[in-house]
Amino acid sequence: MAESTTGPAWTGNYLQDYGSRRGLMAWLTTTDHKRIGLMYMVAMFSFFTVAVLLGLLIRLELMNPGMQFVTPRVYNSLFTLHGVIMIFLFIVPGIPAVMGNFMLPLQLGAADVSFPKLNLASWYVYMVGAVMALFSLFVGGGVPDTGWTFYAPYALRSGTNVSLAVLAAFVLGFSSIMTGMNFITTIHRLRAEGMTFFRMPLFCWGLYATSWIQVIATPVVGITLLLVVMERSLGIGFFDPARGGDPILYQHLFWIYSHPVVYVMILPAMGVVSEILPTFAGRTVFGYKAIALSSMAIAVVGYVVWAHHMFTTGISDTARWVFSLLTFLVAIPTGIKVFNWMATLYKGSIRIDVPLLYALGFVFLFSIGGLTGLVNGALATDIHVHDTAFIVGHFHYTMFGGAGIGFFAALHYWWPKVFGRMYNRKLALWAWGLIMVGFNTLYFPMLVLGIMGMPRRYADYLPQFHTPHLISTIGSWILVAGIALMFTTLIRAIRHGEKAPANPWGGTTLEWQTTSPPPQLNFATAPVVTTGPYDHTALRQAAAKEGR
Amino acid sequence: MEAGGKALHAHGGAHAVPHEHRDDEGSKTGMWLFLFTEVLLFGGLFIIYAVYRHKFGHAFHEAAGELNKVMGVTNTFVLLTSSLTMVLSVGALQRRRAAESLRWLWVTFGLACCFLVIKFFEWSAKHHHGIWPGGEHLHAMPPGEGLFFNLYFMMTGLHGIHVLIGMAVMAWIATRIRSGKVSGDRYGALEYTGLYWHLVDLVWIFLLPLFYLTN
Repeated sequence: MAESTTGPAWTGNYLQDYGSRRGLMAWLTTTDHKRIGLMYMVAMFSFFTVAVLLGLLIRLELMNPGMQFVTPRVYNSLFTLHGVIMIFLFIVPGIPAVMGNFMLPLQLGAADVSFPKLNLASWYVYMVGAVMALFSLFVGGGVPDTGWTFYAPYALRSGTNVSLAVLAAFVLGFSSIMTGMNFITTIHRLRAEGMTFFRMPLFCWGLYATSWIQVIATPVVGITLLLVVMERSLGIGFFDPARGGDPILYQHLFWIYSHPVVYVMILPAMGVVSEILPTFAGRTVFGYKAIALSSMAIAVVGYVVWAHHMFTTGISDTARWVFSLLTFLVAIPTGIKVFNWMATLYKGSIRIDVPLLYALGFVFLFSIGGLTGLVNGALATDIHVHDTAFIVGHFHYTMFGGAGIGFFAALHYWWPKVFGRMYNRKLALWAWGLIMVGFNTLYFPMLVLGIMGMPRRYADYLPQFHTPHLISTIGSWILVAGIALMFTTLIRAIRHGEKAPANPWGGTTLEWQTTSPPPQLNFATAPVVTTGPYDHTALRQAAAKEGR
Repeated sequence: MEAGGKALHAHGGAHAVPHEHRDDEGSKTGMWLFLFTEVLLFGGLFIIYAVYRHKFGHAFHEAAGELNKVMGVTNTFVLLTSSLTMVLSVGALQRRRAAESLRWLWVTFGLACCFLVIKFFEWSAKHHHGIWPGGEHLHAMPPGEGLFFNLYFMMTGLHGIHVLIGMAVMAWIATRIRSGKVSGDRYGALEYTGLYWHLVDLVWIFLLPLFYLTN
């Protein structure tokens, strides 16, 4: 897609220290977007591991009817903690903070983001928030037991350490706003010469839409969470029915942020898939503009659907059908993406490899997540499945099957670029298989359980729900085994993998035109862009010349 | 906020030289995005205000009568004037008159101080009557009036914190102007502080009628 000459040989890459600082200090004071991305990655996957283990404990408790090894109260803390860590520490910052930070400047042909210092600051703010969240476990009244949504009035009354956990979420929101502002400015200001908006890779489009949501939605939840703290410490009564306040108003304000934020989780993952498919189909993406604009459409429509979390709260019928209709509208841009992805594969010269399999896994799991979402979006069926295990199954299919698997896809696609090493593809394939089988064994029974009437967030259940729960728990073991194998394979590659070439998959976007791992300033020569992002002509000509 | 640290320049074409990269427009974009988030932060409180004003219209009307209009209006003038002096400070620096710019900046700082002092007297008078979040009198009020005063303290409180932050930034910028790091060639930092200050002003312009003038 671009003409760039190979510059003078670069002696080092970004993983090697430069300047006066060495070792850990060089990392902690870096403003290099690539290093900051990796710092986010290390922190994030540590928290992810903790939350996975908590999820495993939840499943163990639910393996059989009756109480196994925790009290109902501890169970409440378990799912709250699992949710808070997964949402606020892993999946919201997730792909943007790790892969976005690393890849956005590379894909745009820039040397860094617009505000490198702010970028580093965002990491520190993230760490402060994370430490506060972990601290809330050990001080005061103990682990919060409100669920990750902190619903009033219970969040106002709970004797557990809700205030600190809520403040932590507030601080993490700051970090997310900083990243969003940084990315929007970077995309507007630092695209390579010749790269118009409609020549940007689709991952950048995904990040662009995501960043706008982060900037627009996060402050609202920020102030709401602060008010919960005020409510607990000063009794201001905004959400307290005893003092004239309205707990439903809390839900509105909470979901005005927290619904758009589910698109913060999913849009970057969709961007990743839109990168991987054209690369492994060896052709340009089908419907580039439609995919790019549908990201923006999802961001816009996603902003006005929040009350579909509240169909059973007694809001007016008019509000309910309007929000139901708007919710169904989100399915349109999402459908556009899925069909375009399939059309991209059609008549492409497909090479099956690990990143492609993860991308296809994403499409499969996310489709189940999306279609079960329509069940919740329809008023009549939502009354039946509201607050059941069906919801839990649904959002795990979208959040984990979508955003999580998308993240794994991104790791496998860009790992050779990030570390300059190839991973063992046979093991990675096994891990993928285990994850896919484990995932469906774990979460599909939840959909069935929900329709049978199993409520969510219950530590105990009636004997008739036993079999699906048992299957689900067995699935959790397979899934965790798969995730463990995946991480082992990837981490092992950093030391023992064979050296990766600059462009191992035949990708056409700019990050593949620099060395693996990239030099400190990303490119030896500033790239100049003359075509769209997925033009395979140049690659094909080069291959023909070599007589391949 | 300064955009760019290092960058490659494409314009030469043949060879790229890493060098200090300066992008004023990028910095300004970032600042406007930040201001956008500030509007939305206050926006959450304005929504809550709207909901409860709708629900407890009469009580809000009654409660507003207890606020001191004279102090509220005086403070409005103080803050509006400080916005003017801020503009004068930015304008002076753009015309490379650093000393004059500094003078106007300190006047702005003084007016901000003045605002907070008046605010302090207002709050302490209320505090004296037990009208304070968590205070006895406020706690005993009927729901509508209680919500009014709690909203009053939350919103003017958050605004007050913004005034304090603004003052801290002004003091910091003043030292930067004195050391020449912010100057006629590089006045972005002062300009963005000005933008922030106007936002603080703007929020107050909404707070005044919503709390003091509804009676």
